[in-house]
Amino acid sequence: MLAYTVKRLVLAVPVLLGLTVIVFLIMAMIPGDPATAILGSYATPENVERLNRQLGLDRSLVEQYFVWLGNLLQGDFGRSYNLNRPVLDEVLERFSATLILAGAALLLCSIFGLIAGVATAVRQYGWTDRIVTFFVLIGISVPSFWLGLLLVLTFAVTWRLFPASGMFAIYGGGDLPDLLHHLTLPAITLAVVATGVIARLTRAAMLEVLRQDYIRTARAKGVSERRVIYRHAFKAALVGVIPVIGVQAGFVLGGAVYIETVFQWPGIGRMLVTAISTRDLLLVQGGVLVVAASYVLFNLITDLLQHLVDPRLRT
Amino acid sequence: MTAAGTTTALSPARRSGRPSAFRLFARNQLAAFGAALLGLIVVVVILTPALPLLDPAATDPANRLLRPLAENHLLGTDHLGRDILSRLLWGTGVSLLVGLSATSVAALFGSAIGILAGYFGGRADTVLMRGIDMLMAFPYILLALAIVAALGPGLLNALFAIAIVNIPFFARNIRGVTLGLARREFIEAARLSGKSDLSILLTEVLPNVLPVIVITVSTTVGWMILETAGLSFLGLGAQPPDADLGSMLGEGRKLLITAPHVSVIPGVMIFLVVMSINLLGDGIRDLLDPRLKSGALARPAPMTEVVRQETDYPGASTEGAVAQGDSVLAVTDLQTQFRMGDDVYRAVNGVSFDIRPQECLGLVGESGSGKSVTALSLLGLVATPPGRIVGGQVLMQGKDLLGLDAAGLRALRGDRAAYIFQDPLTTLHPLFTIGDQIAEAIRSHRPVSYKDAWARAVRLLDAVRIPNAAGRASAYPHELSGGMRQRVSIAMALANDPALLIADEPTTALDVTVQAQVLKLLDQLRGDSGASLLFITHDFGVVSEVCHRVAVMYAGRIVEIGPTEQVLDAPAHPYTERLIACVPRLGEPGRRMEAIPGLPPAVNALPPGCAFAARCPHAEAACREGEIALDALDVAHAVRCIKPRGRLA
Repeated sequence: MLAYTVKRLVLAVPVLLGLTVIVFLIMAMIPGDPATAILGSYATPENVERLNRQLGLDRSLVEQYFVWLGNLLQGDFGRSYNLNRPVLDEVLERFSATLILAGAALLLCSIFGLIAGVATAVRQYGWTDRIVTFFVLIGISVPSFWLGLLLVLTFAVTWRLFPASGMFAIYGGGDLPDLLHHLTLPAITLAVVATGVIARLTRAAMLEVLRQDYIRTARAKGVSERRVIYRHAFKAALVGVIPVIGVQAGFVLGGAVYIETVFQWPGIGRMLVTAISTRDLLLVQGGVLVVAASYVLFNLITDLLQHLVDPRLRT
Repeated sequence: MTAAGTTTALSPARRSGRPSAFRLFARNQLAAFGAALLGLIVVVVILTPALPLLDPAATDPANRLLRPLAENHLLGTDHLGRDILSRLLWGTGVSLLVGLSATSVAALFGSAIGILAGYFGGRADTVLMRGIDMLMAFPYILLALAIVAALGPGLLNALFAIAIVNIPFFARNIRGVTLGLARREFIEAARLSGKSDLSILLTEVLPNVLPVIVITVSTTVGWMILETAGLSFLGLGAQPPDADLGSMLGEGRKLLITAPHVSVIPGVMIFLVVMSINLLGDGIRDLLDPRLKSGALARPAPMTEVVRQETDYPGASTEGAVAQGDSVLAVTDLQTQFRMGDDVYRAVNGVSFDIRPQECLGLVGESGSGKSVTALSLLGLVATPPGRIVGGQVLMQGKDLLGLDAAGLRALRGDRAAYIFQDPLTTLHPLFTIGDQIAEAIRSHRPVSYKDAWARAVRLLDAVRIPNAAGRASAYPHELSGGMRQRVSIAMALANDPALLIADEPTTALDVTVQAQVLKLLDQLRGDSGASLLFITHDFGVVSEVCHRVAVMYAGRIVEIGPTEQVLDAPAHPYTERLIACVPRLGEPGRRMEAIPGLPPAVNALPPGCAFAARCPHAEAACREGEIALDALDVAHAVRCIKPRGRLA
């Protein structure tokens, strides 16, 4: 297991490098000349050229990349002009808020998705199946940002059960109950779509597994039906569902962009949207890199988990 | 050999009774509903320019934020007094158009990458797919955000961003299919005939991957509409004065508390569009996914459904002792059917036999003859749906097994009667150790601790000659050889000292040398344990080694039953005779082995009279009419033939 972990970590390095290449290329696509942008359209050609040299923009794209990568590796993600603070500081601070939100959502969608998937597979074509499948269909079709608005309207504005926005109360908040109180609505909203997807795929995986020969074997040796489903079938289905949860983690991290905007959650998604409209591109670049890198790391964890469940991968 | 085996005998001339693609689709009410809803939305959107609507951009500050059902404004007005209904319909058009365009772009580039990578393989594949992997390493929306950040906000840029992040889905799916196709014979043939790569790609590969492209489109288009709306909602897509559903929702959000209808209405529309597309997409996927057609995705119930028409069998009662003679198992007129659409496959069509204590009865027949289904029917292990037992009686220890409920069956399964299946790679659970699986069989029937059960499992593994049984008990099935795995299956079947072992082709999946070892072991363990054995095989050679008596099955019926030597030396049924002639014999190298001409009849369209008549060299008119009974030739030997071989001249 340790050897495999090390191997996966080593294999993650080229992926991380690939991420930096793509982000670098996207940023290089930006139309217009940064020096002109900084100095204004009345700058003399000499001044533009000098600034270009200072910024290293007269060098080749490859050279620029390696200089940029070297800076990244030293933790230098640049400065945000609008916030007047190092990009990395801002990004990490915001990212912790996103992690809380996305983590809670991922926990919710995994638990409820698996439960719903197993329940519908076991009661295939029964009423439980129909009702849950109906809600799953709504769940995967509903725009999460709109659902968030509806929840705010219902639970925050009309019934006043939960706060409509923010991460902590402005006065007297800051403890865990306060956080959970603020977390409830956005986490549920963020989890809805992923719950639907996981439920669907769990149902399909369970139905597929329940037709396998080894399930017949389990029944043939007199194992109780409950055990057949929850031990034999569920464990085998989990092997197929774990990667799905990994993929959903990406959707949850990305979907946080909407939810953070709707609920004014001080996370990285809202930061990115603001930064895009204020053209604070270094902040965008830093935010994208950190989230993408964490996603790579999360996929690595999913892989290891998969490895733990499935002995066939260990040989 | 399971339920699927029975369908292989389908003759091509006869139209299959399985539901056709169109009927499946029409029966799928949800998909039909989705298609209707989407069709309605599309028609309204197309007609929008011709409808008597207000100008979507015309502001009217005097009438701002009117509620729905206001005069002249069916859905009210927004913060600038613009008519929401008009804006909604125009916005829906924009959203649909953008979503479809993004899908087309993604489908075009993604499919092209997938086809090229899959067809050419090697370096091209590596380079292209590594690039795709890199794109997949980003959380979906985040990459789109980065692209929009670089290109600048705008509807067209949002479209490209969403298209780019969806390319990997197409590339991956289509590469997988193309990879399989590129190794197929018809592609090879096209290459050899001198066709250029381009023409092969367009005329041979593309038509075959098209269904996959359609499936991927139908499953992603809803997403893409949702995500482009999302970018507009964030203010990164459509810019004023242009509006799509997302930007309407985004603008309305600021007025959520004072005028919720401004944001709720476009949200409802996005939801309806995406839901109808998803429903339709599911329908299309089911249509193009051939597995669903046979109803095979239905979950098998814990026991086979039993719907017996008449129950007046001697002593048909689940309670108390029933006179059963001295047999361990007595089967009378067992009938098991599979229903596929309107067709009824009579896989087991009135089978009767009994097994005496310590006896080994062989059940022999070709694939699809119903021997496995017979074995599985005994303890209700035939998958329902599509299988069901429609008649007969199975007596064991004075109980009618077909009358038992799931709990009653469960108590017998693996305890008094145990199965050994054909392919131990698929019949052992891949994720549990073999010791654990045997211990579970023990603990399902006996109140012993896990530790004690494990210890017994090790002893059992030792008994089936698995070297280093204590260590191997912790191994997983994939870590053992085929022969070893089958020994594990045998150990598992013996775990509770059953009175009856049912072995369904236990050696078929093994190498010939291993076959002999496993066979010997099975025979010996049966002798030691005193269990009876129902041995199912297609191999007469195996029968002669282990079986005391043998029953030959054809098209769901026993056509001959008798002591092994008697049947082997003097087969009475022409089918048995031909079957035995197929077995190679040691020391007779010159003997001609003749295959039986023709195929067994489809069990959903059995001819009247003898089912073998069409292939029988001795058949005459009388063979093709009426019911032919299983007549006794002597005390132990019976045959279902009006002209038994070697008896009547």
